[in-house]
Order: sequence, then structure tokens, then C-alpha cells
Amino acid sequence: MTPAIELIRIDKRFGSVHANKDVSLAIAPGSIHGIIGENGAGKSTLMSILFGFYHADSGEIRVKGKPVRIKSPSDAIALGIGMVHQHFMLVEPFTVLENVVIGAEGGTLIGPALSRARAELTRLAKDYELEVDPDAIVGELPVGLQQRVEILKALFKGAETLILDEPTGVLTPDEADHLFRILRTLKDQGKTVILITHKLREIMAITDRVSVMRRGELVATRETKATTVEELAELMVGRHVLLRVEKGPSKPGETVLEVKNLTWKDRKGIPRVDNVSFTLRKGEILGIAGVSGNGQSELLDVIAGIARPASGQVIFEGKDIGILGDPRHVRAEGLAHVPEDRQHRGLIGSFDAAESAILGWHHLDSLGKGYRLDRDKVIARAKVEMEEFDVRPPDPLLKSSKFSGGNQQKLIIAREIKSNPDLLIVGQPTRGVDIGAIEYIHKRIIQLRDEGKAVLLVSVELDEIRSLSDRILVMFAGRVMGERGPGADERELGLLMAGVSKDAA
Amino acid sequence: MMQARGELPNWVDAGLIPLINLAVALIASGLVVLVIGENPFEAMWIMIQGSLGSLKGWGYMLYYATNFVFTGLAVAVAFHAGLFNIGGEGQAYMAGVGAAAVGLGLDFLPWPILLPLAILAAMAMGAFWAWIPGVLQAKRGSHIVITTIMFNFIAASLVGYLINYWFRPVGKMAVESREITGAYILSAREVAREFFGVRIASSPLNFSVFLALIAAWAVWYLLWRTKLGYEIRALGANPAAAVYAGIRPDRIIIIAMTISGGLAGLMAVNEILGVQHRLLLGYVGGAGFVGIAVALMGRSHPIGILLAAMLFGLLYQGGSELSFARPEINRDMVVVIQGLVILFMGALEYAFRPALSALFYSVGREGNQ
Repeated sequence: MTPAIELIRIDKRFGSVHANKDVSLAIAPGSIHGIIGENGAGKSTLMSILFGFYHADSGEIRVKGKPVRIKSPSDAIALGIGMVHQHFMLVEPFTVLENVVIGAEGGTLIGPALSRARAELTRLAKDYELEVDPDAIVGELPVGLQQRVEILKALFKGAETLILDEPTGVLTPDEADHLFRILRTLKDQGKTVILITHKLREIMAITDRVSVMRRGELVATRETKATTVEELAELMVGRHVLLRVEKGPSKPGETVLEVKNLTWKDRKGIPRVDNVSFTLRKGEILGIAGVSGNGQSELLDVIAGIARPASGQVIFEGKDIGILGDPRHVRAEGLAHVPEDRQHRGLIGSFDAAESAILGWHHLDSLGKGYRLDRDKVIARAKVEMEEFDVRPPDPLLKSSKFSGGNQQKLIIAREIKSNPDLLIVGQPTRGVDIGAIEYIHKRIIQLRDEGKAVLLVSVELDEIRSLSDRILVMFAGRVMGERGPGADERELGLLMAGVSKDAA
Repeated sequence: MMQARGELPNWVDAGLIPLINLAVALIASGLVVLVIGENPFEAMWIMIQGSLGSLKGWGYMLYYATNFVFTGLAVAVAFHAGLFNIGGEGQAYMAGVGAAAVGLGLDFLPWPILLPLAILAAMAMGAFWAWIPGVLQAKRGSHIVITTIMFNFIAASLVGYLINYWFRPVGKMAVESREITGAYILSAREVAREFFGVRIASSPLNFSVFLALIAAWAVWYLLWRTKLGYEIRALGANPAAAVYAGIRPDRIIIIAMTISGGLAGLMAVNEILGVQHRLLLGYVGGAGFVGIAVALMGRSHPIGILLAAMLFGLLYQGGSELSFARPEINRDMVVVIQGLVILFMGALEYAFRPALSALFYSVGREGNQ
């Protein structure tokens, strides 16, 4: 059978970085093909070449057996290739219908295209379980539905092959299940699906075949039925990895943090954190689970002093730090904060690693007396941290933006843990971090707990929450839906994350 | 791990690209000169000869450069905080009021006391004129570009009024103050005559040139060796990270603008105390705007600014020599040439970057294989 898509000896370099090394890949029509690999392994580059964002330095692309040249995304679309990006490409104030016809208006007047699209949408909705109200404003839809709009857009433009880039990152387990059902229906109707992901479980659940990439090379392609999670993980990293986090039972001590009836409102006056209360003791990790955008980020910001609460208290070691509303004072009290978005907040890309490694702690006297900042001391401090936390390359003068995601994260974790905090608050510690570094970061967080420190962990990765936490809180729409132990079953947590609760007040 | 496509080594970014831009600017200027029927090579030779060919030429070139160092540093400090201060013109103009008020009002003091006070007064007035837009930006969110532009106009009218009604001696026709006699000592010619008994070529070069060097060093020290400088750069490079780090944007915006205005104010020391010895209308003459080009070209680094300021000093001095030597190329023509340099160095700063980056990588790749 002729492959739907065939990539032959694709090679691509960015300067000194060899992003794709001689990659060959054939994708069978009517199948779901997973591509898995660590960050920076070259999966996205490969798909960007297929979709016409980049051009391969050498190699050939064949669609249904015919060699083609894909110079831009519009060439790709014309060849029946559609892509659903990790970050949606939607015009939020437009309706679903208007979004779907973008790029396919076909004339000066929009009317005919819209009525054509309306008919087509009804048909697609019936065939693929893709129901969306065509007249809804996209910005008002939940993310799961926005993603559906992206899929509809691609299908409307006649996509035979659909590429999905990390599609489940923003979905609840339930929404992810629905997406998988849609993908299976698409497959049954003869469409081809390429799924890029770093979640091994998804690969096992839905794909027919899986290709593993590592450092720009395609190291293996397997029939999903004939492989195991362990084998895939090992192929991705190139060595044996521990998928389970090893940790002993917690020995909780006295209360470090007490959050009381905390509410935070956004500019429109909508409470994003709504009457949240909990306590956290020494020697324990409290995990906050929830789909991204349900108030966890705002909760972290209030505790870290970045945002000031509308009402309620954040009592840290007996002091209300909420009223301070100042991250610098909060740090001085013994709190360290690994922010959720490292690129955006955790470090400064244009600064060298040594300067990023003092961000937030730059006023310390150990870095220079009074107003002065002693460059030698800054570099010396970074060197020590980089060596201890195995940041590679261990060069304090290298620009922060030039480190890989995992190494940037290690640099930030080193900075915060080395400040010797009583409480570490961590947001998404392993988002976009490769497996090797995840293992290390988890180990350090548990080590901190075992030293008797308190850790507040926010993550959208349910697996991460479950394997690290001693207690789990689930947040939905700014409220705490309930507390569970680490052994709670996934279905139950999933329901809480979706806002369904038996024990909610 | 993936290197951004646009990344170029430092020497290309800070050395080669400005040189290419300069070369293109000169070629474009040459074409303009050619169109009006003059020989571009000859014109260029006159410019170089006029500024670097004599002691007097050097004196003028460095005098112009001194102005541009001050205004360039002013733009650079604000720029590091993520602010585009295009009010250097008005800040320098207001600073003249401070320098003249102290220079005239306290002229009974001996010069070693009078001059530092006058310099501080100039900085204070410049700083004040930038502080207001800084506060408006930090507290009210008024865009700094808009407010600083408007403050240039306010300064122009206000200083005009002050000169006319406060500083102009009764009966004097010219719209200017009386002479600040205590400031003569700043000029190089006076120092040479007074202390060394030698006569040197007449030029406006004065002690301010050292002040410019000190200011350049101070800005470097502030930005890269102090905690405040770290906070300024952090805010400019990544405001969200700065907030995370506990840096207060409103505070840093106000401080950076105040420092920026103070630096722009030093331009008045060169011009009012060092050269004119009186407060007069419109003496800033666009130096505030040239400072933007100087800062852009100098990549907002003090060393780059010193070099860029000297280049613009050369253009100014060489340009006026050129308009003397070749009446065909009048003063306006020289402004066109300067404008072209600003266009290519500043506004089209990165025009050749993509091509160069592609070229660099294709060569680099063959080198690797």
C-alpha cells in the first residue's frame, strides 16, 4: 500500500545544531502514527518541514507516492495536510463559522462562503462527533472546544492527513478521551493522523504505530501492540529510566503555611481564586491538581506576593504575608518560588546564566555590599549551583536562552533550592523538560521534603501530582473541589478536575 | 537546544553590521552628492580633512561628540529599562535653565564651587523634565514616547519665555542671557592660556569632554556592576520576570527616567557653560534626537556610544566644512547626508541582518563539513 506521507532522508540544520539527521519515515494511510521524543529531539522541526514552515536542507517528501515540494503551509493544505498547533491559531472575537472559513473565503463577499461552511460543518459534526455551535464566539469556548474548531478548520480545507502537536496538554482527562474518540472516528473514515506527544500513555492508548526520535535522529519505529512503555522510554532517552518516583512515607511536622478564605479577583472583578483554604506542614508535599486555567497560577502568585489578595490571609510561619504583596519581602521570610512559566518569568533569556541564577535574590549582601553587585561573586555562585545541579553546559557566561528547557529549569530549581527555603512553591516543574531531567528534578523536590521542608506543587500533569504529593487538592474554577490521598484513583480526580464533586460545599 | 536562526556572533552583531550600514549610508549619500554634480570622493575627503585634518577640526569634532555622548547615554539608560526616551531634546534644553540660573545667580562664588553647582543644577533640571513623564508612565500608564515628545514642545516654549522675560538683560536686543563669566575656565583654550601660557587653535572643545568620559564609565558601572543596574536591565529585558523577582516596575521606571534626564541635562554643561557662556534660544539644535541614533548605533553600550558619538561628531564638523568648501552642497544637503546615516544606522538597523545571517550560516556549514 502506498504510504499517505513519506519523508525520505530529511536533513535539517540550524547553524551548528543538527535538528534532523537523515530522517526517513513512512506513514500508512488510515492509521494513527505517534511521534515521540524528548524536547529538542526534532519532532516539531520534522513536522514543520512537512507543513511547509521550514525547508529541509536535503531529502524528499512524497504524498501518496508522488514527490512534492512544500514551500509554505498553503502548499501543504493544498496537498491535504492539516495541522493543529499546540497553541491554537484562532481569532478569538470571531465566531466558529468565521474562524473556519479564514483562508478559504473564496470571493469578495463573505456570505456564500459562510453558508457553504455552515452546511459543511453540520456534515462534519455528524460524521466525526465534532459538535460545536457554529455561531459561538471562539474566545468564549472552553479549550477543548477550541481545539475541536482547529480540527474542523483543517477538515474544512480538505485535510486527508492531520498533524496534532501535543494536543492533550490543555485538556482534562475527559476531554482527552473525547479527543481520542474523535481521532479514532477520523481513522475509521480513512483519514491519517500524526500525533506528536511526549506522553507515553497516550501513545499506548491510541496509536497504531510509533516512531521515536532522539537528538534529531529517528531511532526506531514500532507497532504499538508490540512495544511497551519501558521500551519506548528507554529509546527516547537512550538509557534505562525510572518511571516511578521512589519516595518514602512523609513525616509531617508543624504547620508552615496556612491559607485562609483566600480570594483573588481579576480586573473584571471575577474571582479567579475563590475562598480557598488549606494548610501545609513541614516535611510534606501538597499537590494542587487541576486543568490549566482554574486558578492555580493565580493562587501561586498570591502566595508568592506577586498578586495581592482581595480578601483572606496567607499565613506563613505565623505572619500574614498576603498583605505584604511584595515578592522580595516574601522571599526574605523564607519562601522560594519556581514559577510556572520559566521562559516568561523564571529567567531572563538575554542575560547570561550567572545573572539569571540570582534573579529575585540579587539584593543579597553575599553578592555585593550595599548598592554594588560583585560580578565575581555572581559568577562563583552560579558555578557552584550549576555543578551541583548538573546544569549542562556548566558555563555561567552562556546566555540563558541558549540552554535547553530541562537545563533552564534545573538552573531555576538550583537557584530556589539553594536559597534554603522553609517553603518551596513550584509551578509545572517539568513542563517541556526531557525525561532525564524530570527524574532529577523530582528527586530534588523529594529530597527537600525529606529535609523537613514544605513543598507546594502545582502541575497539570496528573501523573506528576500523584507520584510526588503526600496530599492532593483539586482546583476547579478557582475553588478547591476536594482533597484526596496520593492513592486516589484517576477517574475520581478527573471528575473533580471537571468540577463534578460529591463533597463540594 | 535549538539555536534561534537569527543568532550571530558578537563581532558580527556589534562590529560588522554597523560597518555595513555605515558603508551603505555613505554610498547612498555619495549618490546624492553625485546627483547635484559634485564628486562624492572629493566631498568625503573634505569632510574627513575638515574634522580630522587639523587640531581645530579635532576640537570641533570632539565638541560635537561630547553632546552626543550625553544624549546617547541618556537614551541608552532608558532603553535598558525598556523605555524609549525621545525627550532628550527638551531635557537638555531645560537643563540650560538650571545651569544658567546658578551660573548667573551665584556668580559671586569662586569657580571651583560655582561650576560643580551649575553642573548639578543642569542635571537636576534635565532629570526633573524626565521625571514627570516617568511618573506619568509609572503611575498613570501614559506612554513615555508620547509624553516625552510633548515635553519637548513644552520645554521649547517655556525656555523661550524664561529667556525672554527672566534672563534677557533690559535693553538687550538678542534673545539671550548675559554672560556667565565664571564658566570660561571650562574651555580648553582658556585653560591652556591661564595655566600653561600657551595659545592653541580656537575651538569649542572644553572640559566637558572629560565629563563625557566619566559619564560613560558611570553608566557602564551603574548598569553592570550595581543592583540597581541589574534591576533596570531585568525590567527592560523581561518585565514579567522582573515582577516575579520582586522588582517594582513603577519605581525602576521613575529612577531610570530620572537618570536618563540627568544625563541629557549634562549636554547643557558642554553647550551653555563650556561654549556659549550664556543661555540662548534653541541651543540644543537636534542633539537630543541625534542621541537616539547614537544609542541605537552604539547598541546602548557606553563604548559603542563613545564611538558612534565620534562618528556623528565627524559628520557634523566635516559637514559644515563641506558646506563652506562646496557652496553647491549647502547646509541642507549636509543634513540630508546626516539623515541618511541615521536612517541606515538607526531605522534600518537590521535591514541587512537576515541576508548576513543566511550567508554566515551557509559559509559556516561548508566550513563544518
